[in-house]
Amino acid sequence: MKPKMGPGHWGGFVLILIWCLLPVVWILMVSLKPVAETTTGSPQFLPKTWTIQNYKDIFNNDDFLRALGNSFGIALIATFLAVAFATLAAYAIARLEFKGKRVVLSIALAIAMFPVVSLVGPLFDMWRVLHLFNTWPGLIIPYLTFTLPLAIWTLSAFFREIPWEMEQAAQVDGATSWQAFRKVIVPLAAPGVFTAAILTFFFAWNEFVLAISLTSTTAARTVPAQMSFFVGSDQFNPPFSQLAAAAVVVTVPVVVIVLLFQRKIVAGLTSGAVKG
Amino acid sequence: MAAIEMSNIVKKYGDGFPAVNDVSIDVQDGEFMILVGPSGCGKSTLLRMIVGLEDITSGDMMIGERRVNDLAPRDRNLAMVFQNYALYPHLTVYENIAFPLRLAGRPEAEIDTKVREASKTLELDEHLERKPGNLSGGQRQRVAMGRAIVREADAFLFDEPLSNLDAKLRGQMRTEISRLQKRLGITTVYVTHDQTEAMTLGDRVAVLKRGVLQQLATPRELYENPGNLFVAGFIGSPPMNFLPAELDGDRLKLPIGTVSIPADKAQAAAGRGLLIAGIRPESFEDAAVADTSRGGSTFRATVEVVEWLGNETYAYIPFEAPPQVAEQLTQLAKDTDSEQLRTQLVINLDGSSKVREGDEAEIWVDTRRIHLFDPATGENLTVDRANAGRIPSLAGDKAEAQSA
Repeated sequence: MKPKMGPGHWGGFVLILIWCLLPVVWILMVSLKPVAETTTGSPQFLPKTWTIQNYKDIFNNDDFLRALGNSFGIALIATFLAVAFATLAAYAIARLEFKGKRVVLSIALAIAMFPVVSLVGPLFDMWRVLHLFNTWPGLIIPYLTFTLPLAIWTLSAFFREIPWEMEQAAQVDGATSWQAFRKVIVPLAAPGVFTAAILTFFFAWNEFVLAISLTSTTAARTVPAQMSFFVGSDQFNPPFSQLAAAAVVVTVPVVVIVLLFQRKIVAGLTSGAVKG
Repeated sequence: MAAIEMSNIVKKYGDGFPAVNDVSIDVQDGEFMILVGPSGCGKSTLLRMIVGLEDITSGDMMIGERRVNDLAPRDRNLAMVFQNYALYPHLTVYENIAFPLRLAGRPEAEIDTKVREASKTLELDEHLERKPGNLSGGQRQRVAMGRAIVREADAFLFDEPLSNLDAKLRGQMRTEISRLQKRLGITTVYVTHDQTEAMTLGDRVAVLKRGVLQQLATPRELYENPGNLFVAGFIGSPPMNFLPAELDGDRLKLPIGTVSIPADKAQAAAGRGLLIAGIRPESFEDAAVADTSRGGSTFRATVEVVEWLGNETYAYIPFEAPPQVAEQLTQLAKDTDSEQLRTQLVINLDGSSKVREGDEAEIWVDTRRIHLFDPATGENLTVDRANAGRIPSLAGDKAEAQSA
């Protein structure tokens, strides 16, 4: 029997919701104020005059649109590649016994723990020599490096949960190893694949340090980096409301993706494969 | 449909331990072959070598006229039911059954006909759109069988398919599997550790112990003419009684008394000193209700415990065994996955027997059914070779097997 929800529970929920959502609502409110209102001494929570002018402004800003395009392109490509590589690598790690398996996993973890900032200098130098500076691959490659370890760890945990018999049954049923992998193993590991995809996408979408250091123009600059250039005419009075509008715009895809994939991340998909 | 012929199959793992050692079994076309033995006897390994999930270290595996040692599982055209069913949880029952047909790239109409036919046979019609996770154990079992029968495979392989079911369902599914196999007439190899399944399902049964084939015979032959102590102890429930025995002419001295045995048996075991006598529980009877005109001997013994089941009665009579025999019996109990706490005689009496606990009763024993075993080798000295199938350990049998 489920414990009943008491008033204490609801009180707790409301507190946590306020704690989490207040900054989001604040940003939303700022984005709906005219620029002039944000620069006054004591801005209030609700706008005095409601306006969507800020959104019109940023969507008329070519630099912002190009940055948005870069963000989508780079994040999606990085996600796709990371998931593809991680799936294959994690499958090998989960299924094969080979020398140095632990070493591979440990190094992967070590890379994930490496501070991103410390690599900015060397990468900057390397990318200039290799002509990757200020290009999409120039960002995609380091993003892959930092997201692959986590993706591999997540996925290999999922693969390990899938009973060997699944593949063996598929092979006896007439599948090649590749067919067994594609038609049985990958669908079963779908929750893991989506988890890995979401983690990678968020990393690439939100990343700032590399994005600002390894780009110089809107040819490859992503939204988080581009937003730091929203200084307006007077650098002591940045257009806060436009910044807020941009922040809302970049948050929307994240929310949409989470809502979409949330349904896919269903735990216990493998229940029923074997004796339950 | 095809025959499966295994010749001198050996499976060695990385550490050199032979999990299957020089096993030769011929499964005829349409035959129901059982591989039985206690856990770790190599029966599952052998099955997985047939289907191609384990490499064969040496020996030949022939299916039909083809040597399949180096073929991938998908090229062997065999269907297998796994112990835990291995259904695809992301697919519906329909798609689970259709899976092998889709892999083979059959046309949609043919797939549909075959899946519906299989689901009808297995009474799965109302579950076709459900996922395996929502099915009961017995239904999952039937889906696994459905996936096997749509294939039109050369043979069915079952790896302990009933061990995850409860006792009642196990009985029903056992009958179901038997009926299905008879109807389809398909060559079947079935692995189990349960001797009841082995006896009831199999046309022939291969008994394995620690990777070595002990005896390959029909259930009746195994029961009546076990080739050695292990087979005798493993087949039959409750198991055969083993008693220390000494032979003097045709008088057999047992701890419970002395009985006379047929001359041919006495001759086969003469001059060996200490022996182990094997007598099945149902070879005994209460002398008061037995039809003693069939011959046999009687002895008197004190019954320690009586279990009356209505149609029959089990009586327990303790006895002392000399150390060499006791040791052999302990080892045997270990080999057959059972645990023997004390040396006692289990006898099966008629339900009408009036024997009570603590009584000294007169017991009749059918001496024609006594087997005598060599305590050192475990070999059955009184085996009727003509009716014992194939016993690889017996000399002369090897030559016969090779010429066959």
